[in-house]
Amino acid sequence: MKFTLGWLKEHLDTTASLEHVVETLTRIGLEVEGVEDAGATLAAFRVARVLTAAPHPQADKLQVLTVDAGDGPLQVVCGAPNARAGLVGVFGAPGAVVPSNAMVLKVASIRGVESNGMMCSTRELELGDDHDGIIELPADAPVGTPYPDYAGLNDPVFDVAITPNRQDCMGVRGIARDLAAAGLGTLKPLAGIYRQDNLDPVAGEGPGPDVRTDDADGCPAFFAQGVAGVTNGASPPWMARYLTAIGQKPISVLVDITNFLSVDLGRPLHVYDRATLRGGLVARKATAGETVVALNGKTYTLDATMTVIADDVAVHDIGGIMGGEESGVSADTTDIVIECAYFDPDHIARTGQKLQLTSDARQRFERGVDPAFLDEGLSIATRLVLDHCGGTASGVTRAGNPPLGRRAYAYGIDKAETLGGLAVPADRQRAIFESLGFGVDAVWNVTPPTWRRDIDGPADLVEEVIRIEGIDKVASVPLPRVPGVARPTATPEQKLERRVRRAAAARGLDEAVTWSFVSEAQAAPFGGGTWTLANPISEDLKVMRPSMLPGLLSAAQRNLASHADSVRLFEIGRRYLPGRDGASHERATVGIVLTGDRRPRGWREGRGVAFDAYDAKAEAIALLGVAGAPVDNLQVMGPESNGAADGAGEAWHPGQSGTLRLGPKTVLAAFGMLHPRVRKAFDLDLPVAAVELYLDAIPAKRANGFMRPAYAPPALQSVTRDFAFLVPADLAADALVRAVRGADKKAIVAARVFDVFTGQGVEDGMKSVAIEVVLQPGDKSFTDEELKAIRAAIVAAAEKQGATLRG
Amino acid sequence: MDDPKLVALSEIEQCDTPARLEEIRVQTLGKSGSITALTKTLGSMTDEERRAQGPIIHAIKQTISDAIGTRKVALEDAALDARLATETLDMTLPADVPAGGTIHPVSQVMDELAEIFADLGFAVATGPEIEDDWHNFTALNIPESHPARAMHDTFYFPAPDGAARKMLLRTHTSPVQIRTMLNQKPPIRIIAPGRTYRSDSDATHTPMFHQVEGLVIDKGITLGHLKWTLETFLKAFFERDDIVLRLRPSYFPFTEPSAEVDVGFTMEKGKRVIGGSDGWMEVLGSGMVHPKVIAACGLDPEEWQGFAFGCGIDRLAMLKYGMDDLRPFFDGDIRWLKHYGFSGLDVPTLSGGVGA
Repeated sequence: MKFTLGWLKEHLDTTASLEHVVETLTRIGLEVEGVEDAGATLAAFRVARVLTAAPHPQADKLQVLTVDAGDGPLQVVCGAPNARAGLVGVFGAPGAVVPSNAMVLKVASIRGVESNGMMCSTRELELGDDHDGIIELPADAPVGTPYPDYAGLNDPVFDVAITPNRQDCMGVRGIARDLAAAGLGTLKPLAGIYRQDNLDPVAGEGPGPDVRTDDADGCPAFFAQGVAGVTNGASPPWMARYLTAIGQKPISVLVDITNFLSVDLGRPLHVYDRATLRGGLVARKATAGETVVALNGKTYTLDATMTVIADDVAVHDIGGIMGGEESGVSADTTDIVIECAYFDPDHIARTGQKLQLTSDARQRFERGVDPAFLDEGLSIATRLVLDHCGGTASGVTRAGNPPLGRRAYAYGIDKAETLGGLAVPADRQRAIFESLGFGVDAVWNVTPPTWRRDIDGPADLVEEVIRIEGIDKVASVPLPRVPGVARPTATPEQKLERRVRRAAAARGLDEAVTWSFVSEAQAAPFGGGTWTLANPISEDLKVMRPSMLPGLLSAAQRNLASHADSVRLFEIGRRYLPGRDGASHERATVGIVLTGDRRPRGWREGRGVAFDAYDAKAEAIALLGVAGAPVDNLQVMGPESNGAADGAGEAWHPGQSGTLRLGPKTVLAAFGMLHPRVRKAFDLDLPVAAVELYLDAIPAKRANGFMRPAYAPPALQSVTRDFAFLVPADLAADALVRAVRGADKKAIVAARVFDVFTGQGVEDGMKSVAIEVVLQPGDKSFTDEELKAIRAAIVAAAEKQGATLRG
Repeated sequence: MDDPKLVALSEIEQCDTPARLEEIRVQTLGKSGSITALTKTLGSMTDEERRAQGPIIHAIKQTISDAIGTRKVALEDAALDARLATETLDMTLPADVPAGGTIHPVSQVMDELAEIFADLGFAVATGPEIEDDWHNFTALNIPESHPARAMHDTFYFPAPDGAARKMLLRTHTSPVQIRTMLNQKPPIRIIAPGRTYRSDSDATHTPMFHQVEGLVIDKGITLGHLKWTLETFLKAFFERDDIVLRLRPSYFPFTEPSAEVDVGFTMEKGKRVIGGSDGWMEVLGSGMVHPKVIAACGLDPEEWQGFAFGCGIDRLAMLKYGMDDLRPFFDGDIRWLKHYGFSGLDVPTLSGGVGA
């Protein structure tokens, strides 16, 4: 919402300084986003006449001017092609600051000729884009006058953000009222502002225009008055100046009056050229598919929920949002109908959203206009038309009734303190309410004014008191504190996530945060997305990720493209899956992507080494361990399929990936090498190892206090025995190890593979697997017989897996 | 110079190899060594002679033995020194130091928030990011036609036929307020950090960003408590005592009264630094929870009242740690992550300070 200080002072009798007004507006909730004070920034620039112009002795494109800016001739070097003797323009003396580049003008020597300032272009003064030459003013412009005074730029322009609840402050009047309540002056009587004795309805001649409303929901009230014999010329200078100052181009006095009143009073109006209308005007619901060309030149197709103003033949107005092109006024217009209607805010909001059409009118009707101001609004408009366009007014037609119901709220004056934290004396509260137009009776029933439909209960009333009295006066009050040290608040899930995150970082992984949405193509190898946006910001950010990996793979690709040698990224976030009853199932998941060098080439180890599937497995197991999963009990199984029958579109390398499970169904993690096809889709040339870790699948740690079991190291030393088995090449090592471990559950405390060998001495289709077994004696050392028996049991168990002990 | 002792000591002194030393030991202390021969003479002596000679001969034997021992250690030391001299490595060569990883600033700041607010008795609550419009809007006093909905630039999901609920990406963390009030009896003190989404993308907006919501529901809570809480939080977060807040009356449909909160900054080396009051920056939206919101959650607004606030986490991170562009937050660029990220060991604690 833009307006000028001068405009504000039309409504507000005040001596407050600009700074005071700005500060007060923000303090009472009308946030000043900017103040443009061209008068101040251009104060040092003056109207000046070029007395003489002669070629510069050293430069073809420059001229040496003598300029009179009111203090006698000054020598100025100028490069503008239009600089010539007799020209009246704008001159900046040394010390002036050029707005466009913040340069301070100085006396300078330009190609050996002294120059004492600058003749300016519109662009240099930020008054326009023209930079073809210096500003040319009329020959009678008073030399020596500060340019802002001459050009009428001395009126600072405010830009104030009006929150959606403040219907009243969509007009300068409402802002003035708020400032008056805040003690910045007094609100002037409305009639005087428009140079009227009163604002009674204009008693015109003859009947009012033929208007009615058939849509009491969308347009409960449609008031109108005709004026015949008008001349639609240029606006009076004061009106044109206000509109220009806030960036609205004056068009014609009839259009400008509606634009002016929209900003001045927050009261949108519409003016129809009567000659274009066939029959009377009716507010009705559009018929589905009906179209209208609006004033912005675009054609809108309407539906049956939208309120329009139409004549017998066509729609002329998208009610309360934008007028139609056909019936708009022009320079030739002589007879008009002025519409002053009340459109229902909900209807306006819905229609505006559907049509994606915003306008000053919509912004105001959507917030709600003052339903008690239709007569006055129409009267002001008619009076301004009569004053500035001449003509004869008709009678007034009042169709329908604006919703005037006012509700009183029982208010307790202590509420300012018990809710707002500020004790305000009763008489002060009463004064605040009354200055804002609220009615207050003896027992504190408070009735909001008709222009404050946002007020809906005592809490809103407290806000009015606090914001006018000063929210800065509210004192800080400590929240009551539970005695003692603060209690822990983190949930097990939160603690788990924190541990895993910090462990991953400690293991050398960099945490990324990537978009929650990916493209459909990126989601496809990972089972595709369930949640696809109806209105994505782009195709790349369309599907809620079904996996943590697509976002990380894209990031990895970008890193490799910018010459990273090694990429070790992780992210902890959610995967978005279908849940129950149409809701989502958002699963806390860790994603890890490893690509590039696991180890760079070096003087110790020689060539660099790329990441492989075992690196992924190591990260998975390490982090599962940190997360408290029983890593010793995990089973390694094959990768989960995305369900495609032919295996197409799978994410993982079929032979170099797997899942870590607790039992056959509970998948805690997937790990391995990415399928080369997926890699290619992400434009990744190097092998990629990856992990997905499903935090929500990890069984919760049982809480059993802080006490640990007693420390009881074995009394006797353990014994280590090595076994080398020949096994079929496709036997999973894990199966062999499990069999070996199971051979004597009491004595065998550990078994691990320490060598796998194929090649010379091992026949084709077989491999040699060497296992180190740790045996722990109990009370007594193992006897030779016992060791023999354990050995025999181990070999027998291995043989069941198709293994034979190597000699 | 026939004194066997002096001969032996001289030889020991001059000996320069372990082998030669062993020879000398055999020649002197060995079975038929010269000193051994001397001790053997004791057997043929009279008691008196033996009493006189015994200690002398034993002393000689001891002296020789000690000398051999000392020499042996000296020779071994010399041999070790010689060997070590050949084992010199270039200690300037690089060692393999595994690259450290990093914590993303957003996660770090979330942990900082949790730590600070835990001290004030706030737990951390969560809710779904794919929300329905009731939790995201309606329950928060934002009916369908409300202009505030248009301000939110909401991402929607297509509604399947017959679906009761319209699903969307939450535009703020405020629906967690609703879920908390529905599921938990007051008094309530929570913060709810998380991802939020708006269909907006320019230099200062990304379609995904992070917010933290705060909610207190209790008896007798006023705007004064809100002010204190925000001051206390911001002082703790920025670890500065010169934090100045400015509350501005504003509007949010789900709070009444509502206030936007500006924090004062000073200019240092061309950057805005939080603290002081040379200028104001908007950091928070807040207010007293609207009675309609409390009622929508099944609580009696006559009995319970409280405050809520919301704040951009990415923005908090930028203000504290000096990033001046939001967009790289979500690029996963390792160079940026290494530059602005945190060590895994930078765990925010009250005793160590929450900042790192």
